[in-house]
Amino acid sequence: MIALFFRDLKLSVRAGGGAMIGVLFFMTVVSVIPFGVGPDLNLLSRIGPAILWIGALLASLLGLDRLFQAEREDGSLDLMLMHETPLILTVFVKCAAHWAATGLPLVVASPFLGLFMNMDELAIGATVLTLLAGTPAITFIGAVGAAVAVALPRGGLLVSILVLPIALPVLIFGVSAVYAAVEDPAPFLPPFMILMALTLFFAVVGPVAAAAALRHSAD
Amino acid sequence: MIFHDISFSLAGGEALVVTGPNGSGKSTLLRVLAGLLQAESGRISLADGPSGFAHPHELSHYLGHRNAMKRELTVEENLSFWQRFLGNSPGGSASDLATAAAAVGLAGITHLPFGYLSAGQQRRMAMAKLLVAYRPIWILDEPTAALDAGADRLFAGLVTNHLERGGIVIAATHQSLGIGQAKTLQMTGFVH
Amino acid sequence: MSENSLAIRKFSDLANPTRFLALADRVLPWLSAFTVLAFAAGLWLSFTTEGDYQQGETVRIMYVHVPAAWLSMMCYTVMAISALGTLVWRHPLADVSGKAAAPIGASFTFLALVTGSLWGKPMWGTWWVWDARLTSVFVLFLMYLGLMALNRAMEDPARSARVSAVLVLVGFVNIPIIKFSVEWWNTLHQPASVVRLDGPTIDPEFLWPLIVMAAGFTLLFFTLHIAAMRNEIWRRRVTSLRRQAARNAGRETLAP
Repeated sequence: MIALFFRDLKLSVRAGGGAMIGVLFFMTVVSVIPFGVGPDLNLLSRIGPAILWIGALLASLLGLDRLFQAEREDGSLDLMLMHETPLILTVFVKCAAHWAATGLPLVVASPFLGLFMNMDELAIGATVLTLLAGTPAITFIGAVGAAVAVALPRGGLLVSILVLPIALPVLIFGVSAVYAAVEDPAPFLPPFMILMALTLFFAVVGPVAAAAALRHSAD
Repeated sequence: MIFHDISFSLAGGEALVVTGPNGSGKSTLLRVLAGLLQAESGRISLADGPSGFAHPHELSHYLGHRNAMKRELTVEENLSFWQRFLGNSPGGSASDLATAAAAVGLAGITHLPFGYLSAGQQRRMAMAKLLVAYRPIWILDEPTAALDAGADRLFAGLVTNHLERGGIVIAATHQSLGIGQAKTLQMTGFVH
Repeated sequence: MSENSLAIRKFSDLANPTRFLALADRVLPWLSAFTVLAFAAGLWLSFTTEGDYQQGETVRIMYVHVPAAWLSMMCYTVMAISALGTLVWRHPLADVSGKAAAPIGASFTFLALVTGSLWGKPMWGTWWVWDARLTSVFVLFLMYLGLMALNRAMEDPARSARVSAVLVLVGFVNIPIIKFSVEWWNTLHQPASVVRLDGPTIDPEFLWPLIVMAAGFTLLFFTLHIAAMRNEIWRRRVTSLRRQAARNAGRETLAP
């Protein structure tokens, strides 16, 4: 299983891998916003956390369609399906590697983009923390979409459409936790705990559902 | 329905060659055996295998049309990943990477990315995958499709070796595999 | 003079990668030495000249910020010329040059952005504002990263070079926008004060370290660029040797 983790990590860092593309997309999306809403620093610092969260959500959906499709195209998926290791565990490890390669860089890049958004230190810290807690959930939800769309020739867009509605609660609680940290009366912990609960919940449900979908997609 | 009324049994050291025209269901039969497809009716069972294994596919290697190797990784990274991921079935040991690469006649290029290799070399490296993790049963779908005559002989040697060690080989093919004696299963397909 | 001599006589001789490598070997030590000298002089000047009465010590950031920003634009210009070389003149080293320049340009742009932020926090009270100059430089940074990703995404270097050359030329519109943004739009970023038609408006006290630092940065760029081109040529040779090895492998063992 450790071998699988490092193989997937290597694949996403090697030439043609998607690790850098996600961060680049994140930066581009976030830097486009001020062109749309205008360079008003107060406004930007107010909407900054939401922008960062939406950008991270979209960016982490980017490479998801290849999660199982690449394995299917070269026949590796067959071998993984045959293997006696529970498929759920295989899916979980693949998700973890995918998050480490694409989700973690987003978390690392977010404080710098926070500066662009003129956010203060507290807001930036809260955004990084919530992204760290919340983006794994997006990956696990995305794995279900990727598994459902694995046999489709152009699954990429479909995966995003399938996954976005399910990932909305993560976005809602992620953003509300950041605002709770910044604005005084609202407490930070309740939404943050719910966010972590969501991540743990999807860490279990996502691989189970994805494994089931993969078994049925075998042709 | 793709085929019906098929039955065979194999003991250790025996090989089955599945032949037949295109579309007669060779690949489907092998995928059913490998546990990748559910048969609508019928039964596949494992008699006196190691304890804890109910289905033959848990003790099988499956070499499909595709090589299950990543172009971006080196041959060595590919093989060592499968070695560690698959592990050995009980009752056997596997050769190390260098020995396996030498067995398919490609020693010394394991440090190259898999994508640099020609189609025939890629196929041979995919066969080396059969050697780095021990499985008593080999399920091979058109194993020699991209190979030249020399590699064909080399592969026949690998299969014979595996059979002598008490393994089982089930192969779908158009060409003869060059194995001494093997049971054959002729798939005829349907005539509607 | 024999045919396979490594002497460089005309510009077109540079087209031969082997000759380029020989030249690079000869030039690089000198360039590196000059770079070190220029930086030593520039840094000494930067730290010994007086601070500005308004900006205090932070003015010294300018000695890094301004040359880095110039270089970020010059590097893109070099890439655009290389792109023309790839597409129009089909110069075999042009795509090597274009590919090697992208990470260097990204680094200089990043340095300009970071030093600008560090200066902006005490002076403007914010790390970042979305004014025309800063935004267009940030867009330049994104373009560098995008080009790097594009270069990495394709296996065949010749093909990826042509595709990215097209993109480089299209993206070149950004360079005049960056250059003149401070004059076209009334922005927070101060207008150019060194390169002007009516002579520099900057005090000579600050001008000298700036010029020496700019020379140092330019030398650094050429040192890095030539070294990166050399590495790229070697990388391609290693790749083709490995492909050759893959082709040769297994022949002798299988020969009947």
